[in-house]
Amino acid sequence: MTSAIVVNDVWKKFRLYDERNQSLKAAVMRGRRARYREFDALKGVSFEIPEGTTFGLIGENGSGKSTLLKCIARILRPDGGDITTTGKISALLELGAGFHPELSGRENVYLNGAILGMSKKQLEERFDEIVDFAGLAEFIDSPVKNYSSGMYVRLGFSVAINVDPDILLVDEVLAVGDEAFQRKCSEKFAELKESGKTIVVVSHALGTMRTLCDRLALLEHGNLVDVGDAGHIVDEYMTDVHVDRVTDGDHGTRWGSGEGRISKIELLDARGRAVTTVSTGDAVTFRFHYELDDRFERPVFGMAIHTIDGVHVTGPNTREAGFVPEFLEGSGYVDLRVDRLMLVRGIYDVSVSLVDYSCLHTFDMRHRSFRFDVERGQPEEQYGVVSLGGTWEGLPVEVPQ
Amino acid sequence: MSRLSDFVGTRDLAVNLTLRELRGRYKRSVLGWTWSLLNPLATVAIYSLVFSFFLKVQPPVGHPSGLKSFALFLLCGLVPWNFFQNGLNMGLGSLVSNGNLIKKVYFPRELLVASTIGSLDVTMLIELGVLSAILLLFGNMVLPWLPVVLVLLVIQTVFVFGIALALSVWNVYFRDVQHLVAILLQVLFYTCPIVYPVKYVPVHAHIGGVTIPLLRIYNLNPLVRFIACYRDALYNLRFPPLWDITYITVWAIGTFAFGMWMFGKLDRRLAEEV
Repeated sequence: MTSAIVVNDVWKKFRLYDERNQSLKAAVMRGRRARYREFDALKGVSFEIPEGTTFGLIGENGSGKSTLLKCIARILRPDGGDITTTGKISALLELGAGFHPELSGRENVYLNGAILGMSKKQLEERFDEIVDFAGLAEFIDSPVKNYSSGMYVRLGFSVAINVDPDILLVDEVLAVGDEAFQRKCSEKFAELKESGKTIVVVSHALGTMRTLCDRLALLEHGNLVDVGDAGHIVDEYMTDVHVDRVTDGDHGTRWGSGEGRISKIELLDARGRAVTTVSTGDAVTFRFHYELDDRFERPVFGMAIHTIDGVHVTGPNTREAGFVPEFLEGSGYVDLRVDRLMLVRGIYDVSVSLVDYSCLHTFDMRHRSFRFDVERGQPEEQYGVVSLGGTWEGLPVEVPQ
Repeated sequence: MSRLSDFVGTRDLAVNLTLRELRGRYKRSVLGWTWSLLNPLATVAIYSLVFSFFLKVQPPVGHPSGLKSFALFLLCGLVPWNFFQNGLNMGLGSLVSNGNLIKKVYFPRELLVASTIGSLDVTMLIELGVLSAILLLFGNMVLPWLPVVLVLLVIQTVFVFGIALALSVWNVYFRDVQHLVAILLQVLFYTCPIVYPVKYVPVHAHIGGVTIPLLRIYNLNPLVRFIACYRDALYNLRFPPLWDITYITVWAIGTFAFGMWMFGKLDRRLAEEV
């Protein structure tokens, strides 16, 4: 099997400017351009991506995976090493980049298609298909500035996916549009995969990556940690970050800006004792201790429970619950009280996040940092993940009172 | 060499980007394209008033055309000047204003500058068409000279593209390039024979007892030659001196080579800096 992409000892440095002064005067006064520190985003990464594979890049924020994807897309140029690609590349980094708001959807399809490397003839042939896929036939002649953001993204995706690339680069943009459109996208990906295209995906979503990708590369602080079979890498990544964290909350992947921190995660039983084993149907409380350096306006706490093999079971947050204080400072804790824990027996992981009200800025994210066991309880069930707590009726059975 | 093949392979993109520039420019304006004509006409009106009526600048008599009109004399210089000025102003901002595109998609970035200049070529052709019609109305049989004008436009396009390429990348690193260029353009405007004929420039200047060959220095400016060539073809109806054409061609090749070299040198970190 030949390689579609060969990444050979790739280095990439970024300049972090201490003062962003772009003026000539400042440069002359200082005798050079603004002072900067260099930051290695990629430190000599090498691997090969065989033709026809779906290849994932995983790693924490700042691990360099998006930088690497941009280098493959030739948007960034490596400072050292080289990347050889075979075939035509299309990158889904931002959908609808280059759309001109004043131009019509039709004009923008031609423009965007050309930017992505399609010839006029190809575009003419595929035009109807692109518009149909986006589901925008009746709006195609109005200016895109009148489009909703969903329509905008759908058209962008539709053009990009119809470029007919040999190599498709995707940066966490799989979740676009409504559910129906998402299904169409997944089908399109499956189709591309079957027709032997090489797909490179960057994502945080380990569960999705495991099912979507054949092979994965795990990056950490700009270094390649491991590359190999998807299932194997995900397991390794999980065990790596899950070691010994059953009782305390000090392990797991963690990211965020750090002005506010989740210092501790606890699971309390009905009597308020910290435990790590509970039973189905128990009354429990999840307690999240926080420490804030500053006065935070409208902070939002969120939590998620995953099964050990990565299924996302639930993800409540205080914003959706309308439980957001005007401000919060110092330290304390927030509780999520659960009257009946409806998880069936198994091993579960808790993640907690502390974000701002827009949910765009993450102060602290502790991904799968607390593990607990659920044992058989009431109702007594063992299949699936949750119990619905339903009652069977209608059969001639004597129900013991 | 791969850069060159990039260019050929993305001819469609160049065309599309140019169309985007053209279509986008006058969207949402009632008069639309008419603006690109009204603008130079307004300039001609005000300059005619000031320089011809107030300051009594005498236009030269066209030889061999016999034409004598300040407004037409002015227009024949102003149209190529506008192409130069707009090419620099719009070309140098073309990378910064398309920053989002540069950060998200790969394509030869020279095309952004090229498409801006290309769209200005289209405007220039329309202006030249209107100018030719006006000249014909005044009895100047300009039609046989239009191929010469087109050759001049090709040379000027290469010249402007080269300068715009260098300016556009510099502008990414230092945003004050655009302000500097605005000043330089003013200086250039008045040191070119646009609102006055070259004969007003003294051959020698005496400053503090030193004799300076002013006209010679003046003539070194390639723009002076460009304007003289356009005027020969449009106003005087004669073939521009071959030496002048050679001179501006050498300049055009020089700026083009310099622009490409500068661009190739500085576009490495474009996606990070823009």
